[in-house]
Amino acid sequence: MKAQLFRFRGGIEPEAHKDASAGAPIAPSPLPPLLVVPLRQAAGTSAPRVRVGEHVLKGERIGNAEGPFAAAVHAPTSGTVRAIEMRTLPHPSGMGGLCVVIEPDGEERWIERDPVEVRALSAERLRERLRDAGVVGLGGAAFPSHVKLRRGGAGECCGTLVINGAECEPWITCDDRLMRERANEIARGIAILAHLLQARRVLIGIEDNKPEAIAAMCDTAAGAEVLTRVVPVPTLYPTGGEKQLIDILTGIEIPYGKLGPDFGVQCFNVATAHAVWRALELGEPVISRVVTVTGNVERPGNLEVLLGTPVRELLALAAPRPDTDRILMGGPMMGFALPEDSVPVVKATNCILAASERLFPAHPPEMPCVRCGRCAAACPERLQPFDLYWFARSRNFGKCQEYSIFDCIECGCCAYVCPSQIRLVDYYRYAKAEIRERERNTAAADAARRRFELRTARLERDAALKAERLAAAAARAREAAARLAAAAGASAPEQEVGAVKKALVEAAVERVRAAQERAQER
Amino acid sequence: MFTSPHITRATSVRALMVKVLVALVPGIAAYVWFFGAGILVSIAIASAAALAGEAAMLRARAKPLGLFLGDGSALVTAWLLALSFPPLAPWWLVAAASLFAIVVVKHLYGGLGQNPFNPAMAAFCAMIVAFPALMSQWPAPGLPFDVQLGLILGTSRPPDAVTAATALDALRTGLREAGAKGSVPAVLASGPAFGAFGGHGWEWVSAGYALGGLWLLQQRVFTWHVPVAFLAAFALIATGFHLADPVRHASALFHLASGATMLAAFFITTDPVTGSTTARGKLILGAAVALIAYLIRAFGAYPDGIAFAVLLMDMWVPLIDRTTRPPVFGHTRK
Repeated sequence: MKAQLFRFRGGIEPEAHKDASAGAPIAPSPLPPLLVVPLRQAAGTSAPRVRVGEHVLKGERIGNAEGPFAAAVHAPTSGTVRAIEMRTLPHPSGMGGLCVVIEPDGEERWIERDPVEVRALSAERLRERLRDAGVVGLGGAAFPSHVKLRRGGAGECCGTLVINGAECEPWITCDDRLMRERANEIARGIAILAHLLQARRVLIGIEDNKPEAIAAMCDTAAGAEVLTRVVPVPTLYPTGGEKQLIDILTGIEIPYGKLGPDFGVQCFNVATAHAVWRALELGEPVISRVVTVTGNVERPGNLEVLLGTPVRELLALAAPRPDTDRILMGGPMMGFALPEDSVPVVKATNCILAASERLFPAHPPEMPCVRCGRCAAACPERLQPFDLYWFARSRNFGKCQEYSIFDCIECGCCAYVCPSQIRLVDYYRYAKAEIRERERNTAAADAARRRFELRTARLERDAALKAERLAAAAARAREAAARLAAAAGASAPEQEVGAVKKALVEAAVERVRAAQERAQER
Repeated sequence: MFTSPHITRATSVRALMVKVLVALVPGIAAYVWFFGAGILVSIAIASAAALAGEAAMLRARAKPLGLFLGDGSALVTAWLLALSFPPLAPWWLVAAASLFAIVVVKHLYGGLGQNPFNPAMAAFCAMIVAFPALMSQWPAPGLPFDVQLGLILGTSRPPDAVTAATALDALRTGLREAGAKGSVPAVLASGPAFGAFGGHGWEWVSAGYALGGLWLLQQRVFTWHVPVAFLAAFALIATGFHLADPVRHASALFHLASGATMLAAFFITTDPVTGSTTARGKLILGAAVALIAYLIRAFGAYPDGIAFAVLLMDMWVPLIDRTTRPPVFGHTRK
């Protein structure tokens, strides 16, 4: 069955370098001496639920999902919690985060696993299960899957389930190997996803440079309950971008700020589907993932790695060459250089790429933009990168937004083709950060202004009330004085003077009290 | 580098500029074949002046000399300028024009990538307004090199026999002199300036430019939009006028093969810096340049109008770019 393909505009064809590791079957990586498990591995943070010194079992939940966009975190193996402390995270900024440090006892003792009968549970219960099993998007975004599985209002069905097996970044082969070796498990995960979304059809998009993976997935598609098609898509970066793949397979363009379900389509990575199957049908939470270790190494490969394994230990298995000068997490197009090699593998880690000057040469000096338009031709989002560059450079952030800078997915196609070798994506990151910062500042200023206005209004109201009271007291004092004067008649001038004095003193006391009250208010 | 992307395509501004220079070679070869090696002297003078001006301005603006002198953009400007000028123009005119293009039109606006006007065309317009007589000193075919050199260096005065009008000029003058009874076929049949399609010899130079231009297109130095829009519009407009009044208006083929049409189609209007950047903008720009150029040729005061048309349209580019942006991904259906 030949599916109709839609084509997004733009894209590039960098050298794939997949052969380096595509032939290596998935191998388990050995237990490291220490595991460092960050509590924040998805959009939201998890709260620790273990104490230092406590013994944990493999698969035991060590962090609870906190907030709507978090997922639980689990102990990757059995052992003792040695510390719960701030450690450097695998993040381009080199920022730190709370991590649970576990010393494995080497016994790999599991908690009691609790597989579920998928059809017997409600969708709500299944989503809770996925959240508590720590299932997040394993394609790299690490967005919690249970959130993406929420159906739109009134249980409407999501027409199309797109499964992302494109793996368009150069060098990375973990999804390729997973599809070749565990197609059946992926298919069962897809069936669960389709069931949860009430999908009418499933489209599995795989780049046509992975014939073995396509064949393996095709074999499983025949037995699927929901109409399932494996669609080879052209090898063109960034086909594996969620929005780009949905566009290619369905012709639906999802703009920035909108989500798939608004258009009756939802997308999951093949590795995520595999994790869903494992979480529900085996009762095993996400404690490991397949990671491609490649680049400037002697033995590139694909390893099933326990989350929390330090990158250093993992890289050592592949024997990095001596001229390795930095380590990238992710591919060469969207990955980032690690701040240090002690950071752990996390759920979003699909590739550890040893870099060297030979493989990834330093950028030549930046030249001025000559408006050749190659960036615009390569941009899959149909932006005008040279205009955005110009605006970002001149700090004209209003124009940046007018030219849709937040639609930029930072795929790097523009910078890849630029003859002036301008690091365009860096300019967009800068502009986006500045705009976000300004919006935060504006929001804070607005809140402060509202507070100030409310307070001023309150003070004015109180002052008016007090002035009224004061006027009333003064009137009373005058009245009293008049009464006294009338009662005494012209008989005793001293008495009259005394009564007037008394009334005046009373009025003065009242004024002072009011002034003190005002002072206290402030 | 610590931020993505970590790889880029091996390409540079210099590589682009070198390709443009290489693509000019067939046209230059035909030029030399028909009109002698004088043009090479002109190119050399323009290049030397452009590089000197570039170096002086880079130094004044405290820019890295080696990086920018090597980018080849000054040479491209110089070559295009020399090729659009009459090859017998005196050396000081070519040198002054070249300096004007680099110093005033390019660097005073911010240097590479910043100039709103095409430097070669701006210099051409400045000189044809300032020195109209010298700017019409075109060589007759077969002029010996030493005579050409003497004219360029100013050591000899031009005898009338050695220079000739270009085909566009000859047609224009022929029609004017013949008055009401003049007709295009009669003029074309009369003069030695005309060849099979356009100007004698010039048609082959034009073919050389087209060949180089097609190679640039194949090399994806520019997209098809501008040349196709420009040539199609030019042909369409010329055909329209020719059909309406064949006595006063030459055919499309004559216009395409004469003057700077082919140079403009592939080397001038395709200048990325001053041209439009969107697909629709490029189509508009190409067609508009063709229209203005034709109107100047047919009804204006100058034999060829390409340079003026290019400058006039350069002014519109910011507006064209702004209004022809393609819809961003997903923003098509609102």
